[in-house]
Amino acid sequence: MSSRTDRPAGALNPWRDLWLPAATTAAMVAALWLVFVVVPSERVQGTVQRIFYFHVHLAWMAFGGFVVTAGASVAYLARGQRAADRLAEASAEVGLLYTTLVLVTGPLWARPIWGVWWTWDPRLTMTVVLWAIYASYLMLRRLGGRDEVILRYAAVLGVVGVLDIPLLIIAIRLWRGVHPAVLLAKDADAGLANPMMVQTLIVAGVALALLFAWLVVLRMQFSALDDEVEALSAEVAA
Amino acid sequence: MWVILRKDLAIERRTGEILSSLLLLALLMVLVFAFTLEPERLRDPGLLAGLLWATLLFSSTLAFGRSVVLEREAGAWTALAMAPIDRGAVFLGKVAANLVLLLGAAILVLPVMAVLLGTRALVPSALLGLSLVLGTTGMAAAGTLGAALASRTRAREVLLPIVTFPLLAPLLIAVVRTTAGGLVGTPLVALRPWLVLLGSFDLVFLVVGWLTFDHVLED
Repeated sequence: MSSRTDRPAGALNPWRDLWLPAATTAAMVAALWLVFVVVPSERVQGTVQRIFYFHVHLAWMAFGGFVVTAGASVAYLARGQRAADRLAEASAEVGLLYTTLVLVTGPLWARPIWGVWWTWDPRLTMTVVLWAIYASYLMLRRLGGRDEVILRYAAVLGVVGVLDIPLLIIAIRLWRGVHPAVLLAKDADAGLANPMMVQTLIVAGVALALLFAWLVVLRMQFSALDDEVEALSAEVAA
Repeated sequence: MWVILRKDLAIERRTGEILSSLLLLALLMVLVFAFTLEPERLRDPGLLAGLLWATLLFSSTLAFGRSVVLEREAGAWTALAMAPIDRGAVFLGKVAANLVLLLGAAILVLPVMAVLLGTRALVPSALLGLSLVLGTTGMAAAGTLGAALASRTRAREVLLPIVTFPLLAPLLIAVVRTTAGGLVGTPLVALRPWLVLLGSFDLVFLVVGWLTFDHVLED
């Protein structure tokens, strides 16, 4: 049942096991240094604005992770390659992590700036529903096991989930259309005031993107190893 | 597709199992709302719309789960997969049967809720009818797909709402607005964007379910 190749999944791969982790660590250290030491505080919001350098990227990449999951799900339904399914799963898990971090970093900023932890603003509502869709996708996989039928069901859900998003965006826009988006737009403008801020934002983006890629690759290796273990124990039992 | 619809409705006519439990559950939900939310505060038609759809959401979850489980228990799921028909048609047939039940329940539950909660205004209007039809169609489509996806797991009763509720978020936001508008007699054109959204939701889920059921039914 498993797709055992000539190279075992545990074999070392210089890209995955040396360069990617090294680059991620370097970028992350640089980003942290820039965010906490180098970049000046934003004039109006003060120190708490620094969370924005991570928050914005986390949100976009969480969103992107969903698109990757959906694309990989389509590929899996069309061709049935195990690797496509692993990519879909890994991207959903890291996406859920990033979405969770968005939902943690957002309120930390919102409390001092907006005065509340949470409001039903379009983007906030959108993020929390996105989180729930990710969670339900992973729950289906968790409860269903690694049966081939479940993998296909999960792929269908991955596709349906991403098609739901445009409908969701329209619904929330119509629902909360009267609310001003000024507060959200403002901090992006202010953030660009100082060139150092732009550089910090870029470095933080690179660091988080590398982290996303590294986690996805590790997660895919993990599930490949899992399959190998299962195949081996089936062999032993037979 | 029509055969599946007729078959599911025939089972329902004989047993009356799903519709009666749908209705009883909906009634109990009204009681729960009255006990937990203070009946005096529930007179607002806007609230009635929200409570109606919350009720339908919870009750439909159980009914849809039932409709797939019945097939699996009878071993008919495999038979359906092997039948020489388009599997998309199986999906549409299931949705149609669930839609008939859910819409029936909605039509029966709405006046009961309005009476028990003492809603001040209740104007039967085209907008109200349209909201009920579009809302239950989307719910039936997403719910049927969700029920099929959840049916192979250990904890399918838990998983079904977990899978369908987030997907139904846009539908719920829209249908509660149009239903509330329909209850107080808002002109239809005022809520046109919402109705378009509901229609698109229905279309997306019907088409996606129809296309993907090929993979779902293939055990």
